[in-house]
Amino acid sequence: MIKYERSAGLTTNATHYCPGCTHGILHKIVAEVLDELNVLDKTIGIASVGCSVLSYDYFNCDMQQAAHGRACALATGVKRSLPDSVVFTYQGDGDLASIGIAETLHAANRGENFTVIYANNTTYGMTGGQMAPTTLIGQKTTTSQDGRVLAQHGNPIKMAEILAQIDGTAYVERVMLTDVGNIRKTKRAIKKAFTYQLEGRGFTLIEVLSTCPVNWRMDPFAAMERVKEEMVPVFPLGVFKDVMKDD
Amino acid sequence: MSKVLMKGNEAIARAAMKAGLDCFFGYPITPQNEVPEYLSKLMLDEGKVFVQAESEVSAINMVYGAAGAGKRVMTSSSSVGIALKQEGISYLCGAELPCVIGSVMRGGPGLGSIQPSQGDYYQATRGGGNGDYNVVVLAPESVQETVDLMKEAFDIADQYRNPVMVLADGLIGQMMEAVDLDRPVKERKLPPKTWASTGTRNHEGRNIINSLFLQAQDLEAHNLRLQAKYKEITKNEVQFEMINMENPDYVIVAYGTTARICRSAIQSLAENGVNVGMIRPITLWPYPKKAFDLIPKTTKGILVAEMSHGQMLDDVLISNKGRFPVAFYGRSGGMVPEPEEIVEAILTFDERVVD
Repeated sequence: MIKYERSAGLTTNATHYCPGCTHGILHKIVAEVLDELNVLDKTIGIASVGCSVLSYDYFNCDMQQAAHGRACALATGVKRSLPDSVVFTYQGDGDLASIGIAETLHAANRGENFTVIYANNTTYGMTGGQMAPTTLIGQKTTTSQDGRVLAQHGNPIKMAEILAQIDGTAYVERVMLTDVGNIRKTKRAIKKAFTYQLEGRGFTLIEVLSTCPVNWRMDPFAAMERVKEEMVPVFPLGVFKDVMKDD
Repeated sequence: MSKVLMKGNEAIARAAMKAGLDCFFGYPITPQNEVPEYLSKLMLDEGKVFVQAESEVSAINMVYGAAGAGKRVMTSSSSVGIALKQEGISYLCGAELPCVIGSVMRGGPGLGSIQPSQGDYYQATRGGGNGDYNVVVLAPESVQETVDLMKEAFDIADQYRNPVMVLADGLIGQMMEAVDLDRPVKERKLPPKTWASTGTRNHEGRNIINSLFLQAQDLEAHNLRLQAKYKEITKNEVQFEMINMENPDYVIVAYGTTARICRSAIQSLAENGVNVGMIRPITLWPYPKKAFDLIPKTTKGILVAEMSHGQMLDDVLISNKGRFPVAFYGRSGGMVPEPEEIVEAILTFDERVVD
């Protein structure tokens, strides 16, 4: 008996992701959720610029590829045009939190009814490991070679906390993918976000703490440990906004 | 149909509605604010999509999303705002998405002024986005022609899966004229949008809207397909008007507001015994190069008149192929030439000849 089949939400294309990168797990979760909600045939995904730029080759639904940072603007155009469709963006931290922060905040503020899957790995992965707005203090990158310095670069930006302040957001949660328990939690969070979208509740965003072993110069296991030990203290996990909870 | 009196900017909005506009995304900028202002009411009243975006950049990317979803979409802006849209325009061309961009030119460079100008000819016809791409550019000289070209713009966009820009200036945007909104446009057989990303329940296979081709040979093949399309547009879509072209002493080349001013100048020159004709390009890209083959050999020269310091001049020099002396007269910064200035430019033609 086959226990782990390829999700109907994924194409048969082999991904280009590096060994130990969590994009693979995250793609699988998003794909499974879209399949389980039975919405694949009415879903339009928005691929962004970054390592996930080719995600239009992997998600088994209609896709649009966005310019750097503009995914939430595209998603606005699609969802307003086709209100009965399911729309999601899949973005990294450079794309969403730096060059696309205006698009992200204003889509959230308008309460646009789509879902953002936000993979935060504290670096620009595809371009070779430059400093991102989310890079941790002290983290060495190719553009902060002595480590990120507070006085020079500021602190890492916390998008889940920022977006939770905005009235238009319906659901904001930060999760990680370091072990089975957290992978299951991530899936529950993503399913909730898409369910809220189907219920028309507004902007939903799941921030997923992600690994980049290659640019972090770590093996995959050490990278997973880094998420728990270094990222979680700065980017705490949890639900930051849930419009269905009144407390 | 009966005529109604309206501003150029209102005409842009109402003609777009007549053309079946589904979605408008824009950002406020003078001197085109009436376009989104009218549409914000008209579109919502008809249950259509109107979003005031957080930026010009965002607006053009919303256009991308909605155009990719198969809708009739437009944005409108002016000079500095169009500058911000250039990234998106390149992507729209790369992904072959049809849309209409209204551009109401003001003075530049930089923040410039809010007065009429034609300083964005390069911006429209050459663009500031990356890569080998072309946008169809239509340049009306009256409010009625703005209406007609706006309606045609949506059809051209859909026929070729390419952005079309309607390039007016602040004068046309702000002036009022009587227009007929229902003048018929050329009948076209438009292809169904089978490529649109509307969800796989609506079509066979997956539809991907994309401008990324990582393999060099794939991107070159894509570029060659685009070039073939641009060639087809150049063959089919050139529009221009020839005015008084029987044995003129001189030929003026002017578009938009400047062409109108030149009409008056041509009249007073005729009264003084100087016979002047005019080529009025209506499509700025593709440029009406073939019009220059129709200039009688006895013509003494070509005067290019623009509200800029010589941008369309380049296309005239290319199209002229060295056949006639070319002179230039331009004003800028929001200064609109008087007909007398054009008359004077013709009378002092020899001093104005450019190399």
